[in-house]
Amino acid sequence: MSENSLPLAGSIEAASSSGSAGTILEWLHEWVVTVDHKRLGILYIVYAIFFLLVAGAQAIAIRIQLAVPGNHFLSAQAYNRFFTMHGTTMVFLVGMPILFGFANYIVPLQVGARDMAFPRLNAFSFWLTAFGGLFLYYSFIGGGGLYGVGSAPDVGWWAYAPLTARAFSPGHATDYWALALILSGFGTLGTAINIIATVISMRCKGMTMMRLPLFSWLMLVVSGLTLVTITPLTAAQIMLVIDRYLGGHFFDTQAGGSAVVWMHFFWIFGHPEVYVLVLPAFGIANEVIPVFSRKAIFGYPAMVAASVGIAFISLSVWAHHMFTVGMTSFSNTFFVLSTMLVGIPTGIKIFNWLATIWGGKIRFATPMLFCTAFLFQFLLAGLTGIMLAVAPWNWQLHNSYFVVAHFHYVLVGAIVFCIFAAIYYWYPKATGRMLSEKLGKWHFWLFLIGFHVTFDTMHFLGILGMPRSIYTYQPDRGWNTLNMIVSLGGIIQAIAVLIFAFNLVWAYFRGKEAGNDPWDAWTLEWDTTSPPPSYNFAQEPIVRSRRPLWDVKHPEDPDWEYES
Amino acid sequence: MSTALAAPAAYEGEWRPPYRGRIAMFALITGESALFTIFVVAYLFYIGKSLSGPTPQQVLEVPIFGTICLLSSSLTIWLAERAIARNRLNAFAFWLGFTICLGLIFLGGTAIEWHKLIYRDGLTISTNLFGTTYYSLVGLHASHVIIGLTMLTILFLFTIAGRVGEQHAERIAVLALYWHFVDAVWVVVFTVVYILGR
Repeated sequence: MSENSLPLAGSIEAASSSGSAGTILEWLHEWVVTVDHKRLGILYIVYAIFFLLVAGAQAIAIRIQLAVPGNHFLSAQAYNRFFTMHGTTMVFLVGMPILFGFANYIVPLQVGARDMAFPRLNAFSFWLTAFGGLFLYYSFIGGGGLYGVGSAPDVGWWAYAPLTARAFSPGHATDYWALALILSGFGTLGTAINIIATVISMRCKGMTMMRLPLFSWLMLVVSGLTLVTITPLTAAQIMLVIDRYLGGHFFDTQAGGSAVVWMHFFWIFGHPEVYVLVLPAFGIANEVIPVFSRKAIFGYPAMVAASVGIAFISLSVWAHHMFTVGMTSFSNTFFVLSTMLVGIPTGIKIFNWLATIWGGKIRFATPMLFCTAFLFQFLLAGLTGIMLAVAPWNWQLHNSYFVVAHFHYVLVGAIVFCIFAAIYYWYPKATGRMLSEKLGKWHFWLFLIGFHVTFDTMHFLGILGMPRSIYTYQPDRGWNTLNMIVSLGGIIQAIAVLIFAFNLVWAYFRGKEAGNDPWDAWTLEWDTTSPPPSYNFAQEPIVRSRRPLWDVKHPEDPDWEYES
Repeated sequence: MSTALAAPAAYEGEWRPPYRGRIAMFALITGESALFTIFVVAYLFYIGKSLSGPTPQQVLEVPIFGTICLLSSSLTIWLAERAIARNRLNAFAFWLGFTICLGLIFLGGTAIEWHKLIYRDGLTISTNLFGTTYYSLVGLHASHVIIGLTMLTILFLFTIAGRVGEQHAERIAVLALYWHFVDAVWVVVFTVVYILGR
């Protein structure tokens, strides 16, 4: 660590120690001006959980509309706005902020640093992201006002041209979409740069790259991937804004422009984005599974290599979203094969997790339950992914509910399950109190059942030919029962999430005291108090292996004797 | 508080992770490269696809002088970096000022070129696809030059005020890295716009 790498010591000290004394206004002021990575991490996570509830409510409204044929719960226009906002919110205002929130909170602790590499940039990035989200939601009341649902975007989260052209999307709905995401995109870029600099330059003594905890490794890979993923979207959105405001012709087919180019640019962002979301989930599983199996992770170097491999491969698979556009046979073949290639590193990961659990002394606490379900569900999501990667199969099922089922299996079955695992796992560290295990198990089982009722059934709807993005359907298509089942599953998931939300609030006041290390874990964040002091560690830690706390607890059998 | 981990036993061996500013700048450059790549790909894809004139062959003139100025500014900022690392403040101020002048000449050249294109040739961003892609790609680069010049000028003002010294060499090297990137991008933009597209 070179010269003054830390923010002004006094200001942070004062900000976090004054605590309960002072008015609500002062308390609020402290949170707004904070540059502490732990507070910013919590802000990210609270912000994301808020939008999770909002976008979840939108999903429920969508499912109520689709539960019975010919329904009029939502108008066609409102339905379009709701599914666009559901997708956009879940990806940009829930998925990325919550995962970057975990990174903010955990990575500096895991690498034994006092804060992120650039605390002020960190705060700036959060507020950019937050304003991006508020700006997007202002569309409900801004512009056309609250008639219908204001001027919320209604062009799908992929915003295909030429639907986004001025002629077909008058008013400001599409502008809200583009400008809000450009804004939050800059915030994401800042955070990604910050995480990379933190992991590489702020590691404590002895923390070599091959001793770095896997969650931090994965966040390094994700941040690198974010750099080359978010910027193409920003570029494409700048082009869209140029088209809409300055009369440009990028996606204007009447002037020689191309709508397919938008699709390419969007999916050059859109596919790696899936990995930006799922790799942190892998990182969470990498922390939780070993701790609750009481074994060191199996195949650490292979895990690192597989993560880097996934990041690289994910950059060359985007056009598997476009098999029905009419590409050349060569392009189709290339994207089929490159997509299949993703199966190899992900397979390595699944086998490594299984090998970690194998023969372990498993504790099925709530985090482990969620991670176990994640393993099965992610495997299934991968299998339907391989089905969809086969171009002829894709021609049959493209834009059907099979696709919706597949990506929700990844986004919910893998990512959301791991996010819940992470919250149960790290909540004691952040608040000093345990979440209720009893409520946690209710949450887990209800959510698991609801998830499978909804998304397993959705696959069949897709095979039966139900297209996505339709606001209603005729009663004679044979989709009635299945749609009702899907909607009921949604309600069960909603109940589970409400139990979870209640648990979060209840445990904050009434939860069991956690102590420093409630899970008997091995990485550095468990070496400090819960919640950690603003300076994190009283003395800079020195590590000699991948599991520094194991070495402390078992001086007769330390890890560094076995690691080369 | 921390347990036995923070045992005062000194760590054997050297522990010097890389400078965080440098890492961050490399990360920013990676992201910016992706941003430019999309604009460059769009430019290449749309070459010759305009449905109406004017075409690049009719109106574009190769900005050789501006290009020479911008590319030599990479050399002058490297000389400035070397000067500050050796604590030769006057040489540093001279080369930094030289760099800013070269950047300004380049920007002036772009301004003159755009003025000609808009007022003499009637090419604006909404005229045709060439106009759309040309102004957005060259404009994106020019905006990076402006950001770079702003930061260099701030640094220059601090230098004149006597607030810059040898201890800032590492940070100045990070800024210089950004400037080198802006120059390198121009090589790509120049090749695409004035050689391949003309």
